[in-house]
Amino acid sequence: MSGTRIVESRLDPARAVYRFEVPAGEPWLHEVKKGQYFRIVDLKGNQAVDTLFYNAHDYSDRYSAQDTIREQRNIYLTTGTKLMSTGGAVLLTIVADTCGRHDTLGGACANESNMVRYAIEKRFMHACRNSFLKGAIEWGRGLEKRDLTCNINFFMNVPVTPEGKLTFEDGISDPGKYVEMRAETDVLVAISNCPQLNNPCNAYNPTPVEVLIWEGL
Amino acid sequence: MQDSSVLWEETIEPGASWSHVLKRGAVLHMTDLEGGANVGALFYNFECPVERYNMADTLKAQHIARLTEGFVLFSDMGRILCSVVADSVGWHDPIGGCSNAAVVRAKYGESRYQEARNACHRNGRDSFLVELAKWGLGPRDLVPNVNFFSRVSVSEDGGMEFQEASSPPGAYVELRAEMNVLAVLNTCPHPLDPNPKYAPRPVRLAIRHGAPAGADDPCRLSRPENGRGFILTERYFL
Repeated sequence: MSGTRIVESRLDPARAVYRFEVPAGEPWLHEVKKGQYFRIVDLKGNQAVDTLFYNAHDYSDRYSAQDTIREQRNIYLTTGTKLMSTGGAVLLTIVADTCGRHDTLGGACANESNMVRYAIEKRFMHACRNSFLKGAIEWGRGLEKRDLTCNINFFMNVPVTPEGKLTFEDGISDPGKYVEMRAETDVLVAISNCPQLNNPCNAYNPTPVEVLIWEGL
Repeated sequence: MQDSSVLWEETIEPGASWSHVLKRGAVLHMTDLEGGANVGALFYNFECPVERYNMADTLKAQHIARLTEGFVLFSDMGRILCSVVADSVGWHDPIGGCSNAAVVRAKYGESRYQEARNACHRNGRDSFLVELAKWGLGPRDLVPNVNFFSRVSVSEDGGMEFQEASSPPGAYVELRAEMNVLAVLNTCPHPLDPNPKYAPRPVRLAIRHGAPAGADDPCRLSRPENGRGFILTERYFL
């Protein structure tokens, strides 16, 4: 499977049953039902959208980065990628993608990882894992830190080289680019619209993204 | 090993599991006895297991998609669980993950205990879950794992390729625990190993006393990120 597959969607935003603009630095948790289509739009370009998925009926069965990349034998997510759960189920399938490549190895930023990566004095800076925790606390239903595992970074560019190096590069996304998924089972989506200011994942300027949901075709 | 500081040695049989709390400063020496072994591994802060090995933080702090001597394994809390203090292989896989029952059945067919006894097929996911359950941990604690002795390279377009014969007989890797670390290991085959035959290999373990990383420790000095990781780890024990 190739690492890039640009496919446009035929769904009309005017017919979406749900639309919401997630501000930079905010969490967003929402259920998407089996058969529904779920789109994330990078409104201003180069915005990292850290995303977790769970089986809506069993949060212990959740998105697995390693199972997903192993099944498709490719580390980049794009059209056709089946987003696998730890239990081996397909949670969602990416059905359209105008960006072409999304990361799932780079993880979510945290106060603690920022202290390691940049400077111990960076602890105060807002970070994705704080957003995820805030979102989990507000969502309730037992969701907590244990459940915040590996995520997808939609629109983020984290190349790996044949020599085993990993780098954070400037984004390859532009304003209006989007990724669209079909839910293959009822899922809970948890987004942290990344507030990172220390690396180019958001072009040093975090911006809002839009989420849309359509009923199944 | 002939080292007098060795506390004990034991073998993880092919396809079997092992877990232990490595005390801060202890060294775990793993030897691939026959070559071609795989050791699936997860690490937790034993005192607070919600702090655990974090693949992404480990990779991005050190800008790596492989592990070898001089690199460290980060927890999700900015601390270092283990350092890789010696390595004869040069590449251990942090991205390939573990097998599960469906993967093993599809690849190797059915082999139950009733017929095969202890040579029955085992898979990485179930092995981790059973071993984690012994410590009160469960599916919510299962996170991306390391595969010692296995090599998965990534091509320019993102394709993942398992490199055969990466680890020769006698190959070794040595981890030093930087915290009190619950280590959960198994020798199930790597999920991308193309061998059509279920052929797990034994791995010899030697555990010995050691000391926490000194000021001139190569893992501390290998990157400024690791230096800060050691500072945060040392503050935890103050």
